[in-house]
Amino acid sequence: MSDSSMFVRVGKWIDYRMPIFTMMNHAVVIYRTPRNLNYWWNFGSLAGLVLVIQLATGIVLAMHYTPHVEMAFDSTEHIMRDVNYGWLLRYVHANGAAAFFAVVYIHIFRGLYYGSYREPRELLWWLGIFILLAMMATAFMGYVLPWGQMSFWAATVITNLFSAIPLVGTDIVEWMWGGFAVGNPTLQRFYSLHYLLPFVIVALVVLHLWALHRFGSNNPIGIETKGDKDTLPFHPYYTVKDLYGVGVFFIAFFAFVFFAPNYMGHPDNYIPADPLVTPSHIVPEWYFLPFYAILRSATFDVWFLSAKLIGVILMFASILILLALPWLDRSPVRSARFRPVYKYMFWILVTDSIILGIVGGKVPSDPVFSGTDGFQYVHLGQIATLYYFVHFVVFVPLLSRFEQTRPVPTSLSEPVLKSGAGGTA
Amino acid sequence: MGMELGLRTAVAATVLCLATGGVQAAGNAEHPLTEHWSFNGIFGHYDRAEAQRGLQVFLEICAQCHGAKYLRYGDLADLGYDEDQIDAIAAQFEVEDGPDDEGEMFMRAARPTDTFPEPYANEKAAAAMNNGKAPPDLSLMVKARHDGANYIYALMTGYDEPPEELELSDGLTYNPYFPSHQIAMPQPLWGEDVEYADGTETSIEQEARDVVTFLAWASEPGMERRKNMGLKVMLFVLIMTGLFYATKRKVWKDVH
Repeated sequence: MSDSSMFVRVGKWIDYRMPIFTMMNHAVVIYRTPRNLNYWWNFGSLAGLVLVIQLATGIVLAMHYTPHVEMAFDSTEHIMRDVNYGWLLRYVHANGAAAFFAVVYIHIFRGLYYGSYREPRELLWWLGIFILLAMMATAFMGYVLPWGQMSFWAATVITNLFSAIPLVGTDIVEWMWGGFAVGNPTLQRFYSLHYLLPFVIVALVVLHLWALHRFGSNNPIGIETKGDKDTLPFHPYYTVKDLYGVGVFFIAFFAFVFFAPNYMGHPDNYIPADPLVTPSHIVPEWYFLPFYAILRSATFDVWFLSAKLIGVILMFASILILLALPWLDRSPVRSARFRPVYKYMFWILVTDSIILGIVGGKVPSDPVFSGTDGFQYVHLGQIATLYYFVHFVVFVPLLSRFEQTRPVPTSLSEPVLKSGAGGTA
Repeated sequence: MGMELGLRTAVAATVLCLATGGVQAAGNAEHPLTEHWSFNGIFGHYDRAEAQRGLQVFLEICAQCHGAKYLRYGDLADLGYDEDQIDAIAAQFEVEDGPDDEGEMFMRAARPTDTFPEPYANEKAAAAMNNGKAPPDLSLMVKARHDGANYIYALMTGYDEPPEELELSDGLTYNPYFPSHQIAMPQPLWGEDVEYADGTETSIEQEARDVVTFLAWASEPGMERRKNMGLKVMLFVLIMTGLFYATKRKVWKDVH
């Protein structure tokens, strides 16, 4: 008993001088959260969990890995064969990267569906997109580290994109490589940045949460909460709900880690990098395939813009366009639940993104329908790319003006107390 | 409601999306046959008798031209060899060691801590003696090819007379399972080129099967440990998730 009172006294002593426990209590215990969040809201906490898993496994992997072109591949096999539970660390880390993107993509699409990017959450949305960009850079550089064939050629293809920049492109690429080709300096700087960027992501996540807690979560109804009747304290309601989500996530995640750890990888990456042998088919990991399809869909020059440069611009634009979304969408209603047309446009966009993903994994000149030469995957990719941008630049602004929205409840507790509508949580 | 009903669609979409991750350049090679392997499935293990015979095929035939540099003789304990047997296997091979106290390199019998022998001094020497293509290291071969076990089995058993219209390049051999159909490796297994220590009758298929099991083990000796741990982890996570769900129901009972 004296122990526990001692414990409490020390806690109070610290909290008085630096109110860290008060802050945590506000952030994850008494923090008021909309009572009607459904399971699509679990993916934010899951993304945070995967980030921690990636940091923890990555820090230990870094203790055994050697960033040198002569030793990187061997040290990866050393981790797999000689380091205690090294195989587990590496498979968790590799599949964790894929899981991170899966979870974050669902998190982003949830935001698109329920209008979570709308005022006053524009900055929250922006920070999320910055996190995605930092994740992509981190994942790309991490994939290069084992120095297998796909590592090397992915590094070559992606860094070469910057050569499309007029006038200074070649200089920029050589500056990035640290030489005249992808080589040891490239590997070493990728390793350094792969260790740095995750902590940048952590900082962005802190800001993301800070912005989140200013107005609290959006919710499936898409109207602001009005007082305690509409909300619940985060603990125990959402701590336990998030934990249940973690359990379901782990079932899927560990099924991959223990029973199909190389399913999402490419066999060529178990061949040591060889600058003299180009793989017959260079493809990125699945989570980059839609962007790869957009990149490759530009096949013609326009004025002074080369096809390659247009592809690069389109690829970056496909993410940066999301930054403009809070101003492109001016619908009086946030949630797609009350937007009968947008709801369908949303699912078409999801389908479009999946089509882009499929196209990204194919040989562009292969026919979509076997036996007919006319319609190739590159054409399908061009249509899907065009649709992607038209959705954001044309359909979203038009819908926000002309869509007949359904009546929106005046408070969260209204549909929650009535049967049905909000009861899916 | 679309989002809620869309859950199943989304899961299906995700699976579809993941499936594209395994996209392969099929080339024009024939698709390998699908064999049953002891190491497939969640309860998969390496058939010890197959793997031991496979080691014999590897050492007597493959190792003439191929290395397996990530394997140590001591690793063979995994396949059921005891210390004396491992010492005896290692002692058949000579490795260079040194420098000694006089500064000279010297040859000695291999020990369990040594890696499998490299058949050539360097890659150039290997290429020079093999139609210009150095025989690749086999330690990771099963993981380094799409559907690796079936592919290697098909390659080993697939040597055949070339079709009439095909003009073979100098020094290459026809094999329909190799991406270009022309492979620098002449047919390695013939069916009567080993005498199995356990008395098993030899055939091309038997040798191919055994060496594939051995190479599958070589590519990931830890697979059995991984799957064993996986079963326990899955059981734990399933129970944990059930408990979380029950707790969630109880906590939320009064909210709905």
